Parts: sequence; C-alpha cells; structure tokens
Amino acid sequence: MSVDDKTVRRVAKLARIKVEEKDVPRLAAELNVILAFVEQLNEVNVDGIAPLTSVVAAEMKKRKDVVTDGHYAKAIVANTQSEDQFFIVPRVVE
Amino acid sequence: MSLTNFTIAEASAKLRAKEFSALELTEAYLKAIENARSLNAYIVTTPEKARDMAKVSDAKLAKGQGGALEGIPLGIKDLFATKGVHTQACSHILDGFKPGYESTVTQNLWDAGAVMLGKLNMDEFAMGSSNETSCYGPVSNPWRRKNSNTSLVPGGSSGGSASAVAAHLCAAATATDTGGSIRQPAAFTGTVGIKPTYGRVSRWGTVAFASSLDQAGPIARDVRDAAIMLKAMASVDPKDTTSINLPIPDYEAAIGKSIKGLRVGIPKEYRPSGLSSEINALWDKGAKWLKEQGAEIVEISLPHTKYALPAYYIVAPAEASSNLARYDGVRYGLRIAGDDLIDTYEKTRAAGFGREVQRRVLVGTYVLSAGYYDAYYVKAQKVRTLIKRDFDDAWNKVDVVLTPATPSPAFAPGEITDPVEMYLNDIFTVTVNMAGLPGIAVPAGLSESGLPLGLQLIGKPFDEETLFRTAYAIEQAAGRFTAPQWW
Repeated sequence: MSVDDKTVRRVAKLARIKVEEKDVPRLAAELNVILAFVEQLNEVNVDGIAPLTSVVAAEMKKRKDVVTDGHYAKAIVANTQSEDQFFIVPRVVE
Repeated sequence: MSLTNFTIAEASAKLRAKEFSALELTEAYLKAIENARSLNAYIVTTPEKARDMAKVSDAKLAKGQGGALEGIPLGIKDLFATKGVHTQACSHILDGFKPGYESTVTQNLWDAGAVMLGKLNMDEFAMGSSNETSCYGPVSNPWRRKNSNTSLVPGGSSGGSASAVAAHLCAAATATDTGGSIRQPAAFTGTVGIKPTYGRVSRWGTVAFASSLDQAGPIARDVRDAAIMLKAMASVDPKDTTSINLPIPDYEAAIGKSIKGLRVGIPKEYRPSGLSSEINALWDKGAKWLKEQGAEIVEISLPHTKYALPAYYIVAPAEASSNLARYDGVRYGLRIAGDDLIDTYEKTRAAGFGREVQRRVLVGTYVLSAGYYDAYYVKAQKVRTLIKRDFDDAWNKVDVVLTPATPSPAFAPGEITDPVEMYLNDIFTVTVNMAGLPGIAVPAGLSESGLPLGLQLIGKPFDEETLFRTAYAIEQAAGRFTAPQWW
C-alpha cells in the first residue's frame, strides 16, 4: 500500500494538523518509507492468533461508583484562559 | 572530592552519619547544574523548592527519621506531572502548562524523602532516540570520542535523564521507556537503566505516548542505585487500571546474591549479519563473565524478533495519534487562533507539534483509518502475541536473556536523518516493550572510540530481582565508567 498526495491531505485532515501544500510530497515520501518498513509483517502468518490485549494476565480492576475526588475547580481551570471557573473557548456554534 | 560524586547508597549512609547535610548535598548539585548548562540536560531548575525539600529532609534526618531516599537530589524527566512546575513533555503544544497535580511516580519519590532539582530534557513526547526532537534543543552526551571535541547525542528519549546522571547533575533520574527510551540512553552514557514489567510502575500523571507500551523506570549510576530507585518509584496504584496488584520486593536485597546455576539465554536472532564486531565481542564477553560466576549459557531462539520493530511502528504511532488528540488548543497550552474551530485545531497542532511527532501522528492516523485498521493495527497486535509467545517458550529453558543494548555507541547530532535508520536504534530493546517484560541496560565496556557500550538483560514478568542480581554480576566484572569532565 502506497500513500499519494491526496491520502496525505486526507490523513492530515483527520489528524487535525494543517499541512502546507509544499510539504505534502515530502510527507508522502516519509510516510511511504515507514509504511514500506512495516510491510515486512506481511511475511508473518497470524492465522488463528489472537491480538494481544494485555501483556500480563490480570483481571480488570473495578472501583466503586462513588465520588472520590473533586472540589478544586480553580486548579482545573488554572491552565486555561478562564473566567469565573469556566473554560473560555473559541466560538463553536455559528 | 565533590559531594556529587557519591552514589545514592553512599550519600544516604553519609547523610545518616551526619557527614554532610541534605542542604549541602543539594547546593553541590545546584552548583554542578549551573556549571553544566552547556549540556542542556535540564530545561528547568527548581532551586528554591530543592532547598525547601532538603531542609525538611535535614529536620527528619536530625531526628533519625526519613525515607529510603531522604535528602537525595533527583532530576525528573519532563514527562512526569509535577504540581505547579513546568511539565511540557518538551513540546510547544504544552506551552506554559503547569499541572495542578503530581504524578504517582514523583509523589512516591517525594514521600520517600527525595529532593527535586528540576525537569530534564527529552525528545518531544518521548518520540526519538537522540533527544534531537525536543523543543528545547538537543542534549549533549558527557562522553566524547577519544581525541575529539565533537558533541554526541545522549540517546533518547530520556536523553536529559541519562546525560544528567552520567555528568553527576543529579543522584539519579526518572525516565520512561516505550521502545527503549530508558535503556538506549543508559547504554550511550555508561549509566544503568531499567524498564520494569508493564504494570509495575503507575502511569498516572505521566504524559501518555503509547499506553500499552509506556513504562517508567530509573536511570542511575550503578545497579544498586537503580534497585533503590525502582523500589521507591513502583507502587500499586488504584488510579492506574493497568497497575498490577503484586507486592514490591526489596530489589536491593537481590544484589550480590550468587548467580550460580542461573540459566542465561543467548538469542541467536539478536546477532544480525550487519552487527559490528565490537558489539559481538562485548556480548560474548558478557556471557563469559556470567559463566565464570557460575551461570549456564544456553543458546535460544526468539524467531519473531525481526518483526518487533515494524510492529512497534504501527502500535506506537496508532496509540500516540489517539493519545495526542487531546492537544487541541482549547483548554490549555498553545492556541493559534484560526478562522473557525477546525482551523484553530489544525493551526495549533501544526505549530505545536514538531516534525517527528507530526510524522508519527500522521502514520498512526493512517493505520487506524477506515479500511486499514485490521491490516495494520490488528495484525501488529497479533504479531505481538507471537513475540510474547517466543519469550514464554524461552522461559522454559532459561531464567534470563542476555543481549546487546544497542547496535552502536553514541553518534553525533545530525548523523542519522533517515527516520527508519533512527528507529533501528531500538532493535534490541523494543521486543521487551512489545512483550511487556522487564529489561535492564548495564554498562559493560568502552568502544574502540572510547564510548560506553551496554548489555541488556531481559527477565520474566515481575522478576526484576533476577535482573538486578545478574546486572550486578556484570557490573562487578566490567567495572563502572565515568565520563571525564570537559564541560
């Protein structure tokens, strides 16, 4: 599978990264090198093999559905452009 | 002799014997850091905080109290959230970010009495093998080639951690390892680095790169200090669902125990045809040392070794693209205003992420995109099962596996520009992450060019004790290596 310029633009859009038109061919080339490298996996027969979901067998931890933390709204918004403990974000709805 | 020359074990004994105070020790490190600005190992220092913490330690030590790391000054990789202190994963996208919380790992260290000196440089979001992708610029390795003034990379992604430990700018450092980011820089700088079993150390409060691979561990000056550090860092954490509920052994107690009868596996697949004679010889020497101390050397096969790196370069970017989706310029960090919300996201991420991070997010987005998920991600996860199975089979025959840590000694910045060639630095370390196993890098000698070379030991899940015991046996035979000071 090979990546063309159109695919780079589509993937960049999905990844929400602005890619300048002049950088598209370079990125396509770089992605193709990496994808060619991972193509080696085609040699491996994985019939009947389950994907690895956990590297160590362990039962999923469960916790009680209760409030254990909170009441520090100021700390939550400390890194944002906030007013009155709200997030101020760009306009989302026109 | 400077106070910064003591290992953790030595400094702890001297602090308790009141030969010097924690504040004096901290001041010595702060001065050493000031004198080593040219290495660019620290991106932020916290001298006031360090002095305050040292004073608290001195008060405890005066009363004969204190934890396992009481008064010991440490450097912290910029990937760990430290409350109220710069935490940016060395990325522009987190400009100005100061978390309102402390990572479990660093909290464990402070609870043990350690002193924070500052935050250490690293590859952006831990993506790199040379520390060249940091938004704060590259780190210099304290080691240089014989008769050369050329600056060399300290490895990565924990390049600042390795450089700082090797240059005695902290007693030890925290680091993280997703594909080799603790062990490769440790090997490049003549330090000891251990990536514990996945689930041994909490990931809570550590900036995520690839969640199924990331694991924190220490970089230290010798094997004993690495054992002391890991015990303090490890915990069973209800905040991390992948933290495993097993007691934490006294790793230091494993040091010095006999390796008589220990079965050491030598995997034939780790000897690719292009491997340098220097690395081959180092590996043979390591096996010989262990044999001389009573271990049994067993040739083993790990047939899927060559597929670990390609599978890694699907799994890691896929998980990274998902984890890094949170950096959108809305709630914190950098924001570049655009024409609308999508434009703001796109401009922010284009300006905030460096080239390597963008490349990996794009690869990850591609392999997870509609129609490709099974062909890439699911396939890679199946290959991971095979890699893990190779090791499961090996554990029937051996107790520990010995391999080289890296295919070469440290290189110069800019020397490797091809991404895939850079990725090959992790060829011996990445299998360990794919299988979730513990791995330790221990210095074993110097190259012909005078640079440190490391060996790697791979253990059974949660058998870090055997790694410390065996690594110590290598350290006893090889000696320790300290970079001559030029900075």
